[in-house]
Amino acid sequence: MATTHSDQRSATAAAAESPVLAPGHSYGSITDKISSIVLTKGMSRGWLFGLAFSFMLVQVLLVSVVYLIARGVGIWGINVPVGWGFAIIIFVWWVGIGHAGTLISAVLLLLNQSWRTSINRFAEAMTLFAVVCAGMYPLLHLGRIWLFYWLMPYPNTMGLWPQFRSPLLWDVFAVSTYMTVSFLFWYTGLIPDLATLRDRAQNRFGKVTYGILSFGWRGSARHWRRFDAAYLLLAGIATPLVVSVHTVVGFDFAMSIIPGWHNTLFPPYFVAGAIYSGFAMVLTLAIPLRAAYGLQDFITDRHLENMAKVMLATSLMVTYGYVMEVFFGFYSANTYEEYLTRNRMIGPYAPAFWSLILCNTLTPQLLWFRSIRLSPVLLWCIAIVANIGMWLERFVIVITSLHRDFLPSSWGMFYPTFWDWSTYIGTIGVFLFLLLLFIRFLPVISIFEMRELLHKTEEEHDHE
Amino acid sequence: MSSHHGAPEPSPLYGVLGEFSDADLLLEAAHKVREAGYVRTDAYAPMPIHGLAEALGAKRTKLPYLVLLGGILGGLAGYGLCYYCSVIAYPMNIGGRPVHSWPAFIPVTFETTILGAAITAVLGMLALNGLPMPYHPLFNVADFNQASQNRFFICIESVDKKFDEAAASEFLRSIGATHVTSVEN
Repeated sequence: MATTHSDQRSATAAAAESPVLAPGHSYGSITDKISSIVLTKGMSRGWLFGLAFSFMLVQVLLVSVVYLIARGVGIWGINVPVGWGFAIIIFVWWVGIGHAGTLISAVLLLLNQSWRTSINRFAEAMTLFAVVCAGMYPLLHLGRIWLFYWLMPYPNTMGLWPQFRSPLLWDVFAVSTYMTVSFLFWYTGLIPDLATLRDRAQNRFGKVTYGILSFGWRGSARHWRRFDAAYLLLAGIATPLVVSVHTVVGFDFAMSIIPGWHNTLFPPYFVAGAIYSGFAMVLTLAIPLRAAYGLQDFITDRHLENMAKVMLATSLMVTYGYVMEVFFGFYSANTYEEYLTRNRMIGPYAPAFWSLILCNTLTPQLLWFRSIRLSPVLLWCIAIVANIGMWLERFVIVITSLHRDFLPSSWGMFYPTFWDWSTYIGTIGVFLFLLLLFIRFLPVISIFEMRELLHKTEEEHDHE
Repeated sequence: MSSHHGAPEPSPLYGVLGEFSDADLLLEAAHKVREAGYVRTDAYAPMPIHGLAEALGAKRTKLPYLVLLGGILGGLAGYGLCYYCSVIAYPMNIGGRPVHSWPAFIPVTFETTILGAAITAVLGMLALNGLPMPYHPLFNVADFNQASQNRFFICIESVDKKFDEAAASEFLRSIGATHVTSVEN
């Protein structure tokens, strides 16, 4: 048999722990189970309620944006000196959340981790929707949203060109590339599954819609080989991309000379924080999803446990970042850096700082215990705490550095307004709304990769 | 389905399609089809099967070279854009610093390299596969919708020099096909 040895080895290693796919499944049963979520007639009450609720939150966003356009960014709590408020905090928060999706789909694919298979599809969708939410903020923050195209280099009558030495312009390229590549990766993986849905759809509308979306995929061996090559190449390309995106986000801060931001630690520390928050969000979504749709056979305890381990590891990395920030602050022998470090811990925003230590450093230590990693309820609670912690981290980074800078005469305070909160809650609505539509109309688990996983698992059994 | 209007086709048949129950049987059968001298063949499966395309004698895919080219072109375009904007179109003298400040151009160059490579990977894969192709003769076979679910097929196409409907059908049965259908064009 022409099977590769590495495939067998990874499958054997996988079987040593609890399985990544519950036993007793066939190609048909996997296909049935996953596609039935999409192809069932009618809509469940819980889903409709969720959709209506998130749609309501989308309206909150629309109202906030209309009011923002009418009145300008002054409706937010930003001021001088705190010119970067919620818009940047939440932009970084959403981009960070997105990173786990790419990490799961790309990095774990390259590392031949078979447990990624049942969570990669919706993690990729999560990435895409998180980047949609993130991408809104820089535009909203412009104030004159309708002039967003000035960010793009194009010949214009003003004779102006963008400043390519600015990290904020790098961000435009990084985030738009990230969004495009995430979409391509997600959609490429969907093509064979869309063909499955086309072939299983009961009504003409479903057949035609999924037929168009699947591009006429017919599963030819030659097509599969090019598909595999493209998918692997995309994974290889997406891996450095995901690192670069949050590095550039880190540059937005680190390239400035603001105390607390001007730090070489920022890019890697931001990437670790992004992975931490992203895995927390995947757990936040995966645990209710598998319960609601009975997907425990595919998203097993092993997946939850592995994700919890990644969270623990990245929590330790961000903790290293917090420790180093304090160290650099005092080691710098710079009045402003020293003051900032002390002000973070005992100044007016100290409660936010200590809450973030509680959320991101102390709480994740519970994940050392296997019993906690195996308890979906506790894990979900820890994931929520991590989401809050990462939000607080960005709040502390942005606000504490800005509110006290070089001249005491220009010190100030930042208090979020109603519109800050309503815009934030609105983006959560957009995220949930898109996610619920995705769950209902596209396969949440990659069906063809589950078949592949089953094939590998069977081969490994044959060899025993 | 017997009459097909338009230009006269070289053959009313697209080929014969044999169905196999299992991925391993499909792979074995693919080797046998190739050994029997059939060249214009293809196999269909609901997931990628390692070595299947090679078993049918398919050549290596050129896709990686295209992706490399796409990445290089993307990178050149990105760097060219930075250079054009900062050096030619809108040079700014800031304290006598060089206008061609190449380290600051690297992040954008990097992103456009990735973008060029990723777009080439996806569009190249689709183009080489001849997709989108909404109609294909195989879709006329009733059972072929199982090819995206849990069944495995080999098709010997009528354009093959050695093709003969009866012989090819018999051959597919002899190598373990559970069901053989003639596919009309």
